[in-house]
Amino acid sequence: MPLTESSRRLASRHLLGLEGMPKEDVQLILDTAKSFREVLERPIKKVPTLQGKTIVNLFFESSTRTRLSFELAERRLSADVVNFSADVSSVKKGETLKDTARNIEMMKIDIIVIRHAAAGAPHFLSKVVNAIIVNAGDGAHEHPTQALLDLYTMREKFGQIEGLNVCIVGDIAHSRVALSDIHGLKAMGANVSVCGPKTLIPREIERFGVRVHYKLDDAIRESDVLNVLRIQLERQAGAYFPTIREYREYFGITRERLDKVKRPMTIMHPGPINRDVELSANVADGEHSLILQQVLNGVAVRMAILYLLGTAN
Amino acid sequence: MNILFKNAHLIDPALNVDSVADIHIVHGIIQKIGRVSFAKGAEVYDLAEKIVAPGFVDMHVHLREPGYEYKETIETGCRAAASGGFTAVCCMPNTNPAIDDASVVKNILERARSVLGGIVDVYPIAAVTKGREGKELAPMMELADAGAVGFTDDGAPVEQAEIMRRALEYASMIGKPIIQHAEDLTLTKGGAMNEGFISTGLGLPGMPQVAEEVMVARDIRMVEYIGAPYHVAHISTRGTVELVRSTKAKKLPVTCEVTPHHFTLTDEAVRSFDTNTKMNPPLRTQEDIEAIKEGLRDGTIDVIATDHAPHSQDEKEVEFAFAPFGIVGLETAIGLAITELVELKVLTLSQLIEKFSINPRKILKLSSAKIAEGERANLTIVDPKSEWVVDIRQFKSKSKNSPFHGRTLRGKAFAVINNNQLLFSD
Repeated sequence: MPLTESSRRLASRHLLGLEGMPKEDVQLILDTAKSFREVLERPIKKVPTLQGKTIVNLFFESSTRTRLSFELAERRLSADVVNFSADVSSVKKGETLKDTARNIEMMKIDIIVIRHAAAGAPHFLSKVVNAIIVNAGDGAHEHPTQALLDLYTMREKFGQIEGLNVCIVGDIAHSRVALSDIHGLKAMGANVSVCGPKTLIPREIERFGVRVHYKLDDAIRESDVLNVLRIQLERQAGAYFPTIREYREYFGITRERLDKVKRPMTIMHPGPINRDVELSANVADGEHSLILQQVLNGVAVRMAILYLLGTAN
Repeated sequence: MNILFKNAHLIDPALNVDSVADIHIVHGIIQKIGRVSFAKGAEVYDLAEKIVAPGFVDMHVHLREPGYEYKETIETGCRAAASGGFTAVCCMPNTNPAIDDASVVKNILERARSVLGGIVDVYPIAAVTKGREGKELAPMMELADAGAVGFTDDGAPVEQAEIMRRALEYASMIGKPIIQHAEDLTLTKGGAMNEGFISTGLGLPGMPQVAEEVMVARDIRMVEYIGAPYHVAHISTRGTVELVRSTKAKKLPVTCEVTPHHFTLTDEAVRSFDTNTKMNPPLRTQEDIEAIKEGLRDGTIDVIATDHAPHSQDEKEVEFAFAPFGIVGLETAIGLAITELVELKVLTLSQLIEKFSINPRKILKLSSAKIAEGERANLTIVDPKSEWVVDIRQFKSKSKNSPFHGRTLRGKAFAVINNNQLLFSD
């Protein structure tokens, strides 16, 4: 294990979001993740760092990849892991989040990783229990570990984030990734823009220091990286934009659009992808796509976060 | 009752009274105002530095009884009102059953009479539509005869234009106002807070200002057509202030009220995800507060009312999106109003008294409270200088859902007198 007991610590004892997180903390997480990324290349991908610690993954909303990524990170740090998901829980019987969490805490849990459909649920939890809280996505608010793995992946590719031109494309209004990305990227000195139909751009987003594009070609022209968000087909067609076809036509990332600029365009996506809706298959699988790299880095970044929070006093 | 208040600062804007005097009250009647050096057998209180005003009315209170007695009862609500300096409250009809039948009105009036000797007059506001469902008119004449002083479906708007039209026509026959909870529900569906920079940053679904304004605008056109008294409850936006102002300029019978939280807090307060900052209409922006203060100053806004909305701790201690809307307000209203309006020179004490006492009585045609010899003593006594810290544990209300816990305020209710009863706040 390359990690010595670091004297550097995160400012907060929880990871609730990236809003207000100081640059040094983002950097510390990314640097720590780099060490764990090396661990993941070894034949034995496990370190004893969190031995004896118990982590519960409290998922009130279905999620395959985030939960899997957290669970792998936890197990590779040798923590004891308990999974709780809303489908099989007492939540359906009407128990409140506070009661659920307090019950779980009585079982001596050190860290709670929570995914919840309601914005602010992790913040609420941090006020009613003593465990360390890690936000694995709260409503349309934040998804800090996703943003941190995005930052890690960009830094890995470009060497640094400062000065990078990043555009987040798609449903900004209902996205938990967009806000965390904006906060993280701004903290690291990137130039951030968003692009999507006006119905999916939340009010006053410009006040976060981001530019807004309604024309995808404009966004592509001035970007180094496109972070493409998933469109929720069931919910949005008809309500926020007329048809999937129209969305694909005007906001879908295709090879033809990208070919208009004479330089490589880095493509990212938090997954799962609607192939040939927001992202055409040949772009998703193309040479400049970092999508699978993001998945790999996700485990290392989550290991870093759990390590930094779980070993702090 | 035989009481002599010495050195009180009497303010009754309706009678142009603004002077320091003694006031002698016997058996609930004001016997003498002026120099009273001795009154045989009277309890004497020195009210130097205190204001004596016509009894305050809170025309927007959720007493929750019948149906939601775990949040508040008529008894606890009246105790909170008296302690907060109100001698009258108007209770909203979103009870269970709703106040859409004369029997419910009579039941509420009867229960209120037994609380603290009836020191707080309770005036029910009845539903506009049966079951507050927005479909059929409630029996307004029967309700009015039983004691209802106005009509509202509060908690929800009278949504359909056609129903609002009939309601205005029908209510105007009996001279009672329709009180609108102005909200276009299609624009606020799923919303939890004001829509804007803060909601964007918190990822919470927003309720835009226009949702209130389009409803007020529609109603105002209808009032112009029908000519019926119409009152907008808890206005919260700059646009609504402007709409009401221009309507008043046309001498139309439109009035409105604002809550203390809407001139005190902005949506910034929601950043904490504290569910006690969740109410409907939601906390707006500084720009809205400035417009509301201007509206209070120039008389566009007639009334300060609390929208006292008690909820149990369990109901509020949940995820923000799942928490019910509303906060308690009876016991902080005077302190907030003096701190935010009088201390900051938005209103004089006399103007404040108009908004707490004179205007709501006028709008609802309640029996007036006058500071004059021979009148019933219906008085609110305020200590405008006292500095205090809000402590929800001291609330008489059954519920403690206030965002103002720990806040230092200037000005406090000192005592109330009504119906031959005297009660000190502490």
